[in-house]
Amino acid sequence: MTSATLAGLVGAALVGLGLYGLIATPEPLRKILAFNVMGSGVFLVFGIVARKGAAAGLPSDPVPQAMVITGIVVAFAASALAVALVLRLFGETSRATLSPDGGTKPPGGGADAE
Amino acid sequence: MSVLQALDIGLALLVFAVAAWTIFAPGAFSATVGYVVYGLLLSLVWIRLFAVDVALTEAAIGSGVTGVLLIGAAARLREAKTAGDEKSLSGLPRLLIAGLCTLVALALAAVALLFPDQGPSLAPQSMRRLPETGLGNPVTAVLIAYRAFDTMLEKVVLVLAVVGVWSLAADRYWGGAPGEARLARPEPTLAFLAQVLAPLGVLVGIHIFWVGADEPGGAFQGGAILAAMWMIAMMARLTEAPRTSAFWLRLALVAGPLVFLIAGVAGAIFAGSFFAYPPGFAKPVILFIETFMVLSIAVALPMLVAGPPRREPPR
Amino acid sequence: MSLVIDLFGVAAIGAGVFFFVAGAAGLLRFPDALSRLHALTKADNLGLGLIVLGLLPRSTSPLAALKLIAIWALVLLAGATTAQLVGRAVRRKGSAA
Repeated sequence: MTSATLAGLVGAALVGLGLYGLIATPEPLRKILAFNVMGSGVFLVFGIVARKGAAAGLPSDPVPQAMVITGIVVAFAASALAVALVLRLFGETSRATLSPDGGTKPPGGGADAE
Repeated sequence: MSVLQALDIGLALLVFAVAAWTIFAPGAFSATVGYVVYGLLLSLVWIRLFAVDVALTEAAIGSGVTGVLLIGAAARLREAKTAGDEKSLSGLPRLLIAGLCTLVALALAAVALLFPDQGPSLAPQSMRRLPETGLGNPVTAVLIAYRAFDTMLEKVVLVLAVVGVWSLAADRYWGGAPGEARLARPEPTLAFLAQVLAPLGVLVGIHIFWVGADEPGGAFQGGAILAAMWMIAMMARLTEAPRTSAFWLRLALVAGPLVFLIAGVAGAIFAGSFFAYPPGFAKPVILFIETFMVLSIAVALPMLVAGPPRREPPR
Repeated sequence: MSLVIDLFGVAAIGAGVFFFVAGAAGLLRFPDALSRLHALTKADNLGLGLIVLGLLPRSTSPLAALKLIAIWALVLLAGATTAQLVGRAVRRKGSAA
């Protein structure tokens, strides 16, 4: 198993982890964190496409690398906008939650599997 | 098993473990710190994939600047309601979500395993025309020469994000400055760090931008370092964030994409097609565009981290 | 001669790794924030310094060696500042970490 395949597997696992965190965590800031984890997992899958496209004397195909660099910058811009939205929500309602009733219900029943 | 293989496996396990900590940590602040560590470890993985430019960008922007943004947000949200007030998911939907996410992960893992060892590649085409661009780094050539339109649009995305963040201010703060005012006596420890580090950091940032034409580096990485130096000075209260209505600020933000667009249109007039560079003159044009790109990035990133204006503009 | 250089490199890097392990163990095992900070700064200064020392004979040019030393100096600067700030925060708010 080459290092590129291993990195691809890690990227796949990170996408799964990030997606789970994005859907299952209620707090908005942790959703943003999970979104970033998922994004970097996708970039790792790009990375193995780049590494396995090594040709013409280059150790790694430059076009997927350029796309990942672009993606990292755009992901930061999206995170900045999302964080500004969460902070504004916190400033307006003095609570940081996405549930429409302000999350004032008692902790939901059922096993909290953490 | 060779040493490098052991390193790869250890690094993969570590990255996965820290990412799992980020998702499942008990508090938002601990999760954010875990994310910064995760980003730095990810840079090491990128080095093992022989993508040094990406490793630099991940360390600078993915882990560094995003980390500053998220840690600042986590610190301000610490006074918010704790997680215990949140209505969390009960057992069965959580299990279902976990199952579906595992399916997605398995599908991507199958892609990773079944990808042929010598896959399709655009490297030969990138290298063939590289001498004409005058650059030595193929990634920079892809970013500024072959796919210049994408990079220009990415700069426009940064400007749009700044506009989006600024538009979240309350009406009475529009045009004001984000963050707190400059102190009469700046924070001593951070001021020491800023005064020692900033001149050095500006030098390193300009060097990484300049050397990116031939070696790993480039406009984004250098611009992120310059942005970090400005952010340190602002955090040390040595200088305060500028008013968002300041003309020089808005000009600096727009300068990057504007110069890029002008170069593209000039290419249509002088060199035959949109974003074509005149032969023999490509490298000066590229460096000229990159200079303004670095300026825009160095101004846009701190503005995105500083957030919407929170002080009234002076009348 | 190269054997001596190799042995020196291995010894220095080994000592540096020992300090890093000690720092990590201190981070995990010490009772409060200030003593954990103490353990971490040892890893920063001595651990990284010894590793850089061990890598210096193997560097390809004097410029590369200077860059390694500059990296160590920058990490020292950042570590010292962060330790100061964390220590002051801990003393002000009690050991809430």
